[in-house]
Amino acid sequence: MRRTGNWLAHTVLILGALLFVLPIWLAFCAATLDPAAIDRGELSLIPRLGHLGSFWGVLAHGGPGVPPVWRMLVVSFGMALAIAVGKIVISILSAFAVVFFRFPLRRAAFWAIFVTLMLPVEVRIIPTYAVMGDLHMIDTFPGLAVPLIASATATLLFRQTFAAIPDELVEAARMDGAGPLRFLKDILIPVSAANLAALFVILFVYGWNQYLWPLVVATSPSLDTIVIGIVKMIGIDTSTEWNKVMATAVIALIPPVVVVVSMQRWFVRGLTEGEK
Amino acid sequence: MERRTIFAGWKLPMLLVAPQLVLTFVFFYWPALVAAYESLTRTDAFGIHVTFVGLANFRSLFADPLYRAAILRTVGFCAAVTALALGLGMVLAVAADRELRGRDLYRVLMIWPYAVAPAVSAVLWILLLNPQIGFVGRFLVTHGIRWDYALNGNQAMLMVVLASAWKQVSYNFIFVLAGLQSIPKAVIEAARMDGARGWYRFRTVVLPLLSPTLFFLIVVDLVYAAFDTFGTIWAMTEGGPAQATQTLVVKVYNDGVVNLDLGSSSAQSVVLMVGVVALTALQFRFLGRRSGA
Repeated sequence: MRRTGNWLAHTVLILGALLFVLPIWLAFCAATLDPAAIDRGELSLIPRLGHLGSFWGVLAHGGPGVPPVWRMLVVSFGMALAIAVGKIVISILSAFAVVFFRFPLRRAAFWAIFVTLMLPVEVRIIPTYAVMGDLHMIDTFPGLAVPLIASATATLLFRQTFAAIPDELVEAARMDGAGPLRFLKDILIPVSAANLAALFVILFVYGWNQYLWPLVVATSPSLDTIVIGIVKMIGIDTSTEWNKVMATAVIALIPPVVVVVSMQRWFVRGLTEGEK
Repeated sequence: MERRTIFAGWKLPMLLVAPQLVLTFVFFYWPALVAAYESLTRTDAFGIHVTFVGLANFRSLFADPLYRAAILRTVGFCAAVTALALGLGMVLAVAADRELRGRDLYRVLMIWPYAVAPAVSAVLWILLLNPQIGFVGRFLVTHGIRWDYALNGNQAMLMVVLASAWKQVSYNFIFVLAGLQSIPKAVIEAARMDGARGWYRFRTVVLPLLSPTLFFLIVVDLVYAAFDTFGTIWAMTEGGPAQATQTLVVKVYNDGVVNLDLGSSSAQSVVLMVGVVALTALQFRFLGRRSGA
């Protein structure tokens, strides 16, 4: 009974793993083929390992209509890091204020932030664009990142973590003469390190994977993120160089996947503890 | 849940909360007001005269059969993506919850697709399903199946559902697995002793204990399918053929950015915002009740 159960579980998991890995493997193999061969439908599951030129090609020179991939990687890294770091900083500060102080309009401030919890940029795309126009931030790097920094998820997460900190710890810190900022720096942030790491992963991936907002707000090629670049490379109908598209797609996958896998333990714990 | 020990003073905390409040007002409330204002006005063809038209934009929006079709299509799309992602995530999580050899490797293999961008998953699925170059698509065509998502709306819908759900499975996997592992072993043991086994034990013991997690995931998946899939859909079909894959967000983009119909697009944004806030309230009520219990 147990043995057949395990056998079934292995089968299910192997099928699942194949479902996730095969498309990427296929993309890797396609990147090593001639574009003409792909157009003829001659995809194969065996890569031509001697033909990794398309990877170096797109990295150094880009493809039709897009800048070199290394440049787009820089923009993507900048955007993802700005969003992750910016969001974490402003959320720690505001959650700290809301949890450990009493001040006028505290509840109003919390609710004003909370209401935006699930209002993704996708639903306010046109009006946000109009506001960006008034602020002269269209087609600028801050315009890519700053509007995505404002959101309530991280604030809520830190609020929960901070609320669970025992009163005794706060009391002890105060007896030692630690002011609020000392307390934040020396106790609160170290204690919430796991949540911080988890949040960093979530926000980095979120920033890296943005598509609609960069599409709307940035038009100059020097601000193309790699995700934008990939979709641009799929020509509307004529002659897409699929090997280059697939090489770029594989490169685009590497940074967020490395971040998720290398920080997996923290990421999973922080994610599942935080959202509940 | 209020703390008893707090720090004194009110200037510092107001300073600390200020950056987030400023960003929230500039990038949430201001755009929301702009949307509300534009949804009540109409701009002439030259962009010079703005007239106040009351709720006319909303009335014509809901009278528009294309918009009503887009609502229904979005509901169906979201339901399909949620069912697929949650169902598959659950099956994989139940399998990975066992004491298996290679368990950690399996988990990594299930979790990494969390990192895939929606637009990238679109590219990967084009490589699978495109009728000319696709690995599977070409196979279908050479075996006499008329597969062409550029012409057939139902096939296009199937394709965007698959690509969207594929990327979301790992998120569901992570949460269901965490939910399964938080069920005390004693509960499962007790059920086993009472002779409850297999599917019966899962349905009567495990599933009720998982239901808060599942409710949470359904809300998250619906929001994901409604909003985060723009990149997937736009890269694969641009909402076509003939609006067959045009969800509400794709329509907002199409009407606002491509066709520059600001009044209608703003009215659509307002409708979406109200919808999302309602979903948030629903979830908060539920989560509030749970943490209070």
